[in-house]
Amino acid sequence: MYVKSKKQIVFVLCMALCLTLIFTGCSSSDNKGRVYWLNYKPESDEALNKVAEIYEEKTGVKVKIVTAASGTYSQVLNSEMDKSNPPSLIVMKNMNDINMWGDCCIDLKGTPIEKELNTDSYNLYYKDGRLAAIGYCYECYGIIVNKDLVEKSGHSMDELINFEGLKTVAEDIHARASELGFDAFSASDMDASSSWRFTGHMANLEYFYEERDDGGWTECPATLKGTYMDNYRLLYDLCINNSTVKPESLATGGHDPENEFKTGKAVFFVNGSWEYESVAKDVPSAVMIPYYCGVAGEEKAGLNCGTENYWAINSLASETDRKATMDFLVWCVTDAEASRILVDTFGVMPFIHSAESRNGFLANANRYANEGCYIMDWATSYQPNVDNYRTGLVSALNEYNADRSDSNWAKVETAFIQGWAQNYKAANE
Amino acid sequence: MKKDNELTIYQKSVKKWGWLFLGPVMLAFAVGFLWPFLKGLYLSFCDFRLISEAKLSGFDNYVKAFSDESFMHSFLFTALFTVVSMTVINLLAFTVAYFLAKEIRGMKIFRTVFFMPNLIGGIVLGYIWSTIFDGFLSMYETSVLMESKYGFWGLIIMLCWQQVGYMMIIYIAGFKNIDPAVLEAAQIDGANGRQTLLKIMIPNMITTISICLFLALTNGFKLFDQNLALTAGLPISMNADGTSIKTTEMMALNIFNTFYGQSSFGHGVAQAKAVIFFVLVSAIGILQLKFTDRKKG
Repeated sequence: MYVKSKKQIVFVLCMALCLTLIFTGCSSSDNKGRVYWLNYKPESDEALNKVAEIYEEKTGVKVKIVTAASGTYSQVLNSEMDKSNPPSLIVMKNMNDINMWGDCCIDLKGTPIEKELNTDSYNLYYKDGRLAAIGYCYECYGIIVNKDLVEKSGHSMDELINFEGLKTVAEDIHARASELGFDAFSASDMDASSSWRFTGHMANLEYFYEERDDGGWTECPATLKGTYMDNYRLLYDLCINNSTVKPESLATGGHDPENEFKTGKAVFFVNGSWEYESVAKDVPSAVMIPYYCGVAGEEKAGLNCGTENYWAINSLASETDRKATMDFLVWCVTDAEASRILVDTFGVMPFIHSAESRNGFLANANRYANEGCYIMDWATSYQPNVDNYRTGLVSALNEYNADRSDSNWAKVETAFIQGWAQNYKAANE
Repeated sequence: MKKDNELTIYQKSVKKWGWLFLGPVMLAFAVGFLWPFLKGLYLSFCDFRLISEAKLSGFDNYVKAFSDESFMHSFLFTALFTVVSMTVINLLAFTVAYFLAKEIRGMKIFRTVFFMPNLIGGIVLGYIWSTIFDGFLSMYETSVLMESKYGFWGLIIMLCWQQVGYMMIIYIAGFKNIDPAVLEAAQIDGANGRQTLLKIMIPNMITTISICLFLALTNGFKLFDQNLALTAGLPISMNADGTSIKTTEMMALNIFNTFYGQSSFGHGVAQAKAVIFFVLVSAIGILQLKFTDRKKG
């Protein structure tokens, strides 16, 4: 009898264990719904979790923030969308994403969050006309300059108004680097953590001017003309030939360009407004100037302004979750505390009741715009099959960095122009 | 079939409780392997963005997979890589095991040291070796990402470093398994070291060699994380029309890049490639096992 009951206990325990394993992780949502935000920027994870915590405390609605590891957002989005509890709030980065996921985005036209917007310049529409995603912040990029060091080298910021001026200053600083104790450009590393500054951002100068010639793009063009490739080369050459490191050593990176700038080893740092908080602590005089590249009339150029941060509400999420998400979004852009945290994280948020931005680089962008300079929009967000396209460009630039010959530049042009056409074909076949 | 009353207590208890022990394993096998495999097979014939919305598309994906130049290139690169890595790893592991199988003072430390690289994950290993290679190659103002041959040999060196220790342990077990009486008899008969190795040891270790060859072969074919971390397929060979091939991209990485690199159009094709990949690895594995079985006689 004793043995038998012992066996029964073992059996019951085993079953209990199995059931616990099966049901662990299953959760039921209550009437309030929940918010599940799939975030793609690891650097904003901490701030988002803070906002989520405040909201949960105030309303009792659960806010789950999941952040994809750097460079893996598409993979995570793809697998999360297939789950029975998919994210209710997803981030779209560009038109590519809208083409792929637009049918899963609810139409935001006339919704409370749309009414909070102070501009519709950063909205993305799906091909059926629905407002699929709204830009929740915008950013700018260009060349970050250490003003103090420019002056220390005997030059003035007034010289930095076109490519000629930039070239004179950069080449002079580079030539006197050992005497000055600092060099012109920080390293233009080509590893994954840095190459996007050149294959994504700097490449934008070519796309932008070409787009301007075409009278603006509304969708990804199937081919590029490459009219401004020489200008791209001029600026790129200036960066790699007047730098703290030799161009031959750029392929695998590891030079930490941000640190070079922050520690005063370099005067120029190609990057964007999201670096402001980190950079301004060490270099309070840091300002951002446009990509000067020798295009006629570039004295009137402003910074590259745009976004790859668009909120979209997932139609595959349950109705209560969608409603909870909408309420959460409105709270995010109207609540003083939440809005302050988000604006400090993202830069500028284009909503009527959002907190004011304290980002110095975005203030630079506004100053250029107020002075009547043209804003260089982010034509780069049209890059087709973006990862594949950029990898081809990185490989060609690696070869060019190792031997800066015309034949190697021709390979960069092939990757840039023909690579675009091939990737467009692959993405739209 | 024995009747119940003819069974021993042990057999009875196995009969009664066997399912409890087999059940979880079978369940895990079905959930973790069988179901995903069947689902994957089905998806290879579908066009899909999300798995839940897959639509049958016939053999389209297979046609696209076979006509994809980059897939063919990755197959050839992987095959060459596997042949070279399998040979080098096994030769090195066998040699190291030959010396370390002897019971000499301190041998255990050596064995542990040789085995340790195997405990490091592939991605970490890839990044560590990329720093090492580039530290060396930067003296010549180049990098492991600049030339396919650097990438190829870089991968070989890295995989050898990782796997020689593991294979060595299996070979040491093989050496220990040889009947000492046979070795002693050979010694009495006057066999020299070379004869003992070639005529006694190797024939007695065919099973071990077969296991190691099989492991090295499949490990080589399935290599993914080290490939991703060390070269990510670079450098790229770009044709004049803009089509490109990642010259050091192996098959698993090619499948991954097809799935995630080309919007949703690539999902079904990647799935078809994965099925082709499975068939290929299984076929090669089976052929190789049959071959060594025949050798065993």
